[in-house]
Amino acid sequence: MSTVSLRPGDARRSPPAGTPPGGTAVADATRLEDLRIVPARHPGRWFATAGVAVLLAMVVSSLVTNDRWQWDVVATYLTWPSVVEGAWATVRLTAVASVVGFALGTVLALMRLSRSPLLQSVSWAYTWVFRSVPLLLQLLLWYNLAYLYPYLGLGIPFGPQFLYLDTLSVIDKFWAAILGLGLSQAAYSAEIVRAGILSVDQGQHEAAASLGIPRRRQATRIILPQAMRSIVPTAVNEVIGLLKGTSIVYVLAYGELFYIVSVIYGRNGRVVPLLIVAAIWYLALTTLITVVQYYVERFYAKGAVRTLPPTPLQRARWTAAVAAARVTGRPVPASVPPAYAARARVGVLTRTSRDVPSRTGGVA
Amino acid sequence: MSAATTPAAPATAGLLEIHGVHKAYGTLEVLHDVSLTVRPGTVTVILGPSGSGKSTLLRAVNHLEKVDRGFVALDGELIGYVRRGDRLRELKERDILAQRTRIGFVFQSFNLFPHLTALENVVEAPVSAQGRRREDVEPEALALLARVGLADKADARPRQLSGGQQQRVAIARALALRPRVLLFDEPTSALDPELVGEVLDVIRDVASTGTTLVVVTHEIGFAREIADQVVFMDGGVVVEQGTPTELLDHPRHDRTRAFLQKVL
Repeated sequence: MSTVSLRPGDARRSPPAGTPPGGTAVADATRLEDLRIVPARHPGRWFATAGVAVLLAMVVSSLVTNDRWQWDVVATYLTWPSVVEGAWATVRLTAVASVVGFALGTVLALMRLSRSPLLQSVSWAYTWVFRSVPLLLQLLLWYNLAYLYPYLGLGIPFGPQFLYLDTLSVIDKFWAAILGLGLSQAAYSAEIVRAGILSVDQGQHEAAASLGIPRRRQATRIILPQAMRSIVPTAVNEVIGLLKGTSIVYVLAYGELFYIVSVIYGRNGRVVPLLIVAAIWYLALTTLITVVQYYVERFYAKGAVRTLPPTPLQRARWTAAVAAARVTGRPVPASVPPAYAARARVGVLTRTSRDVPSRTGGVA
Repeated sequence: MSAATTPAAPATAGLLEIHGVHKAYGTLEVLHDVSLTVRPGTVTVILGPSGSGKSTLLRAVNHLEKVDRGFVALDGELIGYVRRGDRLRELKERDILAQRTRIGFVFQSFNLFPHLTALENVVEAPVSAQGRRREDVEPEALALLARVGLADKADARPRQLSGGQQQRVAIARALALRPRVLLFDEPTSALDPELVGEVLDVIRDVASTGTTLVVVTHEIGFAREIADQVVFMDGGVVVEQGTPTELLDHPRHDRTRAFLQKVL
């Protein structure tokens, strides 16, 4: 295929450059390939880039030269055992509260979409209450649950109870935090899941119903997988919010990251470096979540886009392959998609068309 | 086209009776006392201007729309209700879903499941709605895809297919349930003109296997070719019905004549 398309081009280029082209449009058009391409200039962009570069340099230099940042202290405490333990506690709080929040949120969303007025109103009221009361207040309330209900019983509603538990022994700091974070998260998650379900085209519900697919299967196999596409980005936002929100649990003196850090700076007075330690940890954990989000989104994008965009890893690999091809002059490996391979060709073309008559090597 | 690999419904099954159906959205009456009988193994084409109630009637047949009065019966079995003595009991959703597996429905907008491959789209309902084994269904589904000319697209997802290809997968998906009657709601109206033919070819092929078909369409030529019975609807009522020759060449009503003049 490539040889067929190349041959006429070579033939047309074969007469010496001085030969009159015959004055036809076709001859002019073929010679366009030999012209050097001058990229468009963007002076505005250059100025902006330069300005931001200067600002960036100022920030970096101040970070390095201002010794009040006390980077040595930051470095020491970043991997301090109790700090790492605090970070781990933060991760646990986030994970459990997310699971509780989204599980309950999905139930609330399905209740809100059900045809029972009672289920609808209860779900609405739940969202209303838990979205309206500040999280800090909720946390303190759950922590003081034992004041309202000293014992928790398990049994038949309005009937006998079989199992008595001491509230204080069940709702410790961790579970008070989970209740506070998880239950308020559920109120937000419910709305996110509901919006996701509503975003699925009505035709999908109808198609599933017309095929006689059982109701539960309709939800799990047809509707939710499609709803996930719009649920995931917002849900991850919520998880990140929750990760940072766990810092509020320090009011319960539970040993999560922020509480641990505040205890340490309360003792040694190095407030700023220890706040930086916490900031770095939160940054790292959020980055991790973002990476996970990228791949979860890709998973649910199946079918929504014709071809999935490449992952950063793939992009890096292909760019490296193209760069290598341009340096060595060898052809780009066949595994690299055409859009990337073409970049190598552009470089080869503009560079070699002047001194090398044939460019078949670059095309193959 | 290997019709042998996909057993069609027996020729005696597929009697569809629509009796005195009324349907209103608020104060707007979209169906008024519509009655229609579709004999087993025949092809009925419903014509009519938009808003005449054709689609609503079709959706009432598989109970996607609940009618206000009247009833629909397939082979003598009421759709959506069960008779107990002198009263009609509304069926539970589970039972209605089971009834729907006997009625195939092909939508104007295809409504394939975009996150599933063509094969998964076809396999889904026989497995989850009819409780058949995936290993048994899959070869049959592949044969159905081959029958609609898409054997090589089994692993493609709907967005990677053209409109005509998507509609052919949708037909294969409806056929996989081995329905007694197959309903087509303007199956070619969302397609580019050059893709209409391939879908009509598939419908023609399905018609030749003796499945009962009800087709809402604007393709008059196609109606003339495959229909045993043509029905003209306007303003929520059946204006007239008859053989293609009777209705298309010698319409008795002015409204039918006016409509045909506009579309021909």
